[in-house]
Amino acid sequence: MSEAPVVQRPVSAERIHPRGLDLLVVPPQARTGWRVLPARVGAMCAVELQKLRHDRTELYTRAVQPALWLLIFGETFTRIKAIPTGGIPYLDYLAPGIIAQSAMFIAIFYGIMIIWERDAGILTKLLVTPTPRSALITGKAFAAGVKALIQAVVVIVIAALLGVAMTWNPLRLLGVAVAVVLGSAFFSCLSMTIAGIVLTRDRLMGIGQAITMPLFFGSNALYPVAVMPGWLQAISKVNPLSYQVDALRGLLLGTHAHLALDYGVLALAAALGILSASSLLGRLAR
Amino acid sequence: MTRNPTGGGDPTEETDTDSETETVATAVADAGTEAVSCAGLVYAFGETTAVDGLDLSVHDGEVFGLLGPNGAGKTTAIRCITTLLPVPTGMVRVFGHDTTRERMAVRRLLGYVPQQLSADAGLTGRENVVLFARVFDVPRKERAARVEQALAAVDLTDAADRLAKTYSGGMVRRLELAQALVSAPRLLILDEPTIGLDPIARTSVWEHINAVRAATGMTVLVTTHYMDEADQYCDRVALMHRGRVRALGTPDELRRGLGERRGAGKNGELPTLEDVFRDIAGSGLDEQSGDFSDVRSTRRTASRVG
Repeated sequence: MSEAPVVQRPVSAERIHPRGLDLLVVPPQARTGWRVLPARVGAMCAVELQKLRHDRTELYTRAVQPALWLLIFGETFTRIKAIPTGGIPYLDYLAPGIIAQSAMFIAIFYGIMIIWERDAGILTKLLVTPTPRSALITGKAFAAGVKALIQAVVVIVIAALLGVAMTWNPLRLLGVAVAVVLGSAFFSCLSMTIAGIVLTRDRLMGIGQAITMPLFFGSNALYPVAVMPGWLQAISKVNPLSYQVDALRGLLLGTHAHLALDYGVLALAAALGILSASSLLGRLAR
Repeated sequence: MTRNPTGGGDPTEETDTDSETETVATAVADAGTEAVSCAGLVYAFGETTAVDGLDLSVHDGEVFGLLGPNGAGKTTAIRCITTLLPVPTGMVRVFGHDTTRERMAVRRLLGYVPQQLSADAGLTGRENVVLFARVFDVPRKERAARVEQALAAVDLTDAADRLAKTYSGGMVRRLELAQALVSAPRLLILDEPTIGLDPIARTSVWEHINAVRAATGMTVLVTTHYMDEADQYCDRVALMHRGRVRALGTPDELRRGLGERRGAGKNGELPTLEDVFRDIAGSGLDEQSGDFSDVRSTRRTASRVG
């Protein structure tokens, strides 16, 4: 300990021989301008896909809940025939609603995930890289969308096995995918926005629970807007989930839908969500 | 803001390119080639003043140790230097770039290893490093080779394709070092890099830091409360207590200084850095050494490492 430190360093440096570090001396040429954001979003999305590939457990366990909704709730209410669905079997009516619902339930966990990544230091370290906040948020929103797409496939397959007549038109299915991804982007950003406000996991869990059910029941996922009381109809009007379900139902079942309005609302909601979540993300690192 | 419609709402977030060039010119003239210069930095969390008038210069190419107990303000200072916290009072520059006004320029120069084990456990070692190559714009054709070199520099080539969750604490620290190195940073910032590691892993982490520094000549700023490590591995150290630097110099200078003031000890041995620290901080160290959340986060990191 009393030896001069100057003597010790070369000794330890000799014990490890870093051969061929030539590339690690030259800093990479920085991208500039508009090319930064898409490149970073791409990197963040790639990471989320890699994580999904390494651990698929969540994908399987997540499929249980929508399956139960269709099998138990759907089959029962089809027999009761209590809900006016405009002439289509209730199970058919329900299936698009369950796609949207399961996508939302996945997305609403992203706030907790980002707080966890903050606590683990993963987020902190990424915030010190030349990466715009919006790219980090968009990457997460994309991952929520991918998970939701897998859910959608599960629901469509189960519904088909239960005899629901849905479209197999590839263009319409593409439209379904877009609606699912946009909806997931909005709900994951909503959750990450709240995370940026409340900052702790405990508070976010409570709020997440408190908003999920009203969003679900205050939408047309289970029953048409027309049977709701006036105040609930008002909630449904500002609830992006209703627009998502409307689009999914129109595309999958061919019911009357307002596709332009639906996609407009979903795209705007997703953009606003990304904007607000990324502006609050820095608070998590403080 | 208009350049980036999906960007954050934080008005200080994105740097304005036009004013940036001017600021750089003046800042370079002021700060010369100092890797880090802090002047009069004050940062308070509500009632608690974590950093209370910090003045600090880290020279280009040195290994600089920022020492002090939990709650001395080291991590807050590091967060200001790494652009994670805004600088409310005072000035912080990294190679002449202002950390509040030129965040992106500063981030490009930094490699940062936070106190927590920050490698993503759900990815392989290689994927963890590739991510950092991508966010620092390493071109695709160069990426694989550069990642390979970073992994080789920390002896993780053989374990590169295993998930990081299977790594030991020392391996995760080395992986984080590789993540920081892949962008060829000019300043490597390590916040408590050896916390919770066993002595052998601690030595190994330090040897890799030194070997890489010897090969690349980068500046290293490290915080630690292990005084023996600082004594052994740092060119210069600053002893921080209650938000300020209380002593600054090479470990030898500080120890000799105290030795001369005290007169020669038993067997003519110099006092240790820990003695120097006790001399500066005086009594009251125990009451001041970090609040509940500091200790909790330290323990959490330690338990994940061990």
